[in-house]
Amino acid sequence: MTSPLEQKKIKIAGPSIVTANRTWDGIVVYRTAAKGWSADLSEAAIVRNSDEAKALLAEAVADDVGAIGPYIAPVQVGDDGKILPGNLREQIRRTGVTIGQPAQV
Amino acid sequence: MYAYDEIDRTLVNERVSEFRDQVKRRLSGELTEDEFKILRLQNGVYLQLHAYMFRVAIPYGTLATNQLRALAHVARKYDRGYGHFTTRQNIQFNWIKLAELPDALADLAKVGIHAMQTSGNNMRNVTSDQWAGVAPGEIEDPRIWSELIRQHTTLHPEFSFLPRKFKIAITASDHDRAAIKIHDIGLRLIKNEKGETGFEVLVGGGLGRTPFIAKTIKHFVHGRDILSYIEAILRVYNQYGRRDNIYKARIKILVHELGIEKFSREVEDEWQQIRNSSLQIDDEVIEDIRSRFTYPPYEKLPHMPDELRQAAADPEFEAWRKNSVAPHKVQGYSIVTISLKPTGGPPGDATAEQMDALADLADKYSFGEIRVGHEQNLALPHVAKRDLPALWKALDKLGLATPNVNLITDIIACPGLDYCSLANARSIPIAQELTRRFANHELANLIGRLHINISGCINACGHHHVGHIGILGVEKNGEEVYQITIGGRADENAALGTLIGPGVKFDEVADVVEDIVEAYLALRERPEELFMDTVKRLGVEPFKERVYATR
Repeated sequence: MTSPLEQKKIKIAGPSIVTANRTWDGIVVYRTAAKGWSADLSEAAIVRNSDEAKALLAEAVADDVGAIGPYIAPVQVGDDGKILPGNLREQIRRTGVTIGQPAQV
Repeated sequence: MYAYDEIDRTLVNERVSEFRDQVKRRLSGELTEDEFKILRLQNGVYLQLHAYMFRVAIPYGTLATNQLRALAHVARKYDRGYGHFTTRQNIQFNWIKLAELPDALADLAKVGIHAMQTSGNNMRNVTSDQWAGVAPGEIEDPRIWSELIRQHTTLHPEFSFLPRKFKIAITASDHDRAAIKIHDIGLRLIKNEKGETGFEVLVGGGLGRTPFIAKTIKHFVHGRDILSYIEAILRVYNQYGRRDNIYKARIKILVHELGIEKFSREVEDEWQQIRNSSLQIDDEVIEDIRSRFTYPPYEKLPHMPDELRQAAADPEFEAWRKNSVAPHKVQGYSIVTISLKPTGGPPGDATAEQMDALADLADKYSFGEIRVGHEQNLALPHVAKRDLPALWKALDKLGLATPNVNLITDIIACPGLDYCSLANARSIPIAQELTRRFANHELANLIGRLHINISGCINACGHHHVGHIGILGVEKNGEEVYQITIGGRADENAALGTLIGPGVKFDEVADVVEDIVEAYLALRERPEELFMDTVKRLGVEPFKERVYATR
């Protein structure tokens, strides 16, 4: 997998966020405007052009202790400002597996 | 069972201490992720979609009951109450916390289990036939040799930074249950004309984006020379294998590009330089390992006990017995395969409760031993036939008596996009839907032996290339699309499947499989003609026509 630091040409087609996994426990987190991480997608900082995306990603990469594997992911932003994942992968990362987990079935 | 000695125990415990320190330094920021990644990978720790994934080795697929209970304990204490048995005799936990991993490893180390070399570019878990040591007619227990190779290659500096991961599988039976032809090195135990034990050595098998069936590089290597021969192969690979392109780094690419003849010559040259070195194995070494594999004190039992005769009147028991019970090398005993493919369930998953209960059953009925097969099922290797009815009832209560072994719902599936960061499409929901479609056991039996393998990306962890029906999930324009292949197999006649046409959408996959199965039932000449026989006789065209006639 390409390191985000090597993603020199960053193109985004719409509103995007930076997501990663929290270092100590691995859970999905989103980069916030307050230069931190949140497990809540609604708190994610939204970027809308390549320069913003690159800056947010660089900031996320710099926080190597907080979270690992940061990358830019697409989102949809509703008229009410609600943020939703922009693809199935991110939907699954946000809401969990699409199947019942054996211990819960 | 194999009895670990003090060297093994010390090695495993030292590794836990080492990793505990590495994790501590990582969490404090002393180690960056770039520095830490290779260390965690060497201890089976991946980062997946939702969390870290922890892969634990089950060498040659053999587990003692205290080890299975330890796995259940890890699932319960550190994860979400279940584990996933993989196609390479490992178990994966999907929700582990990095901060707790050293404790989980320490708990496993108490029973001799570890995660060394379950990931990274090194020699992976050496796998074998899950029926090793109990299958009738095998040359000898292949785990003896698996263990020899495990000992030699574990933390071997020359094999710790290979161009890419490296997998070895060993079989000792005519029927290959270890899928040796899709491994980097496949070893088949044989006897030469003098009656000496040795190996047919195959090399360059593998799936992924560029699949190859392994080729025979040497028809007979004496047992005493097997380490030097493997080392010669690895030296050639280490020297010439590509490190500049991850997609071309596996030995299969090197074998393909050099050609098996040239590759063989390179190996032969290397081997001649090292075969008479300290790598030549003394008989005492093999005897020592052999003596550490203990076998149960089998009783002298009748071939057909009264309990079995009486239980035969129960059609449900008979359906399970015919499907899941196999002959044992000792009269009066059986090998019982335990399907981890319940209707609607994720293939290969077992809950902590199931693992604990199965450990109890193994203590009661299988001399405390459990096996793990590459098809993502488990087995009890030493069950007295008189105990089969009682065992069946107990398994049924646990949801572990689905009589679908080797049938259409005995599906191999990777974790897919539900868990895996590499996946492009989901695998498990496809498998679940297929198990529901073909839940009728009479129908499944009518269809007969048919293996469906599903992968959620081109890396092929679900072995789709060698499924009788293979399903590969890809992503196209933001949607999951599935390519269907027919005619693959992973046994002694291993072959890669043929793509039948354009991919189909998620919701169409089960319908397509139904179409293929209906075509097969209509085309077969007699009920005994298996799906693969029909494909061999007619090719894929009739199936292709059926699938795409209305699509």
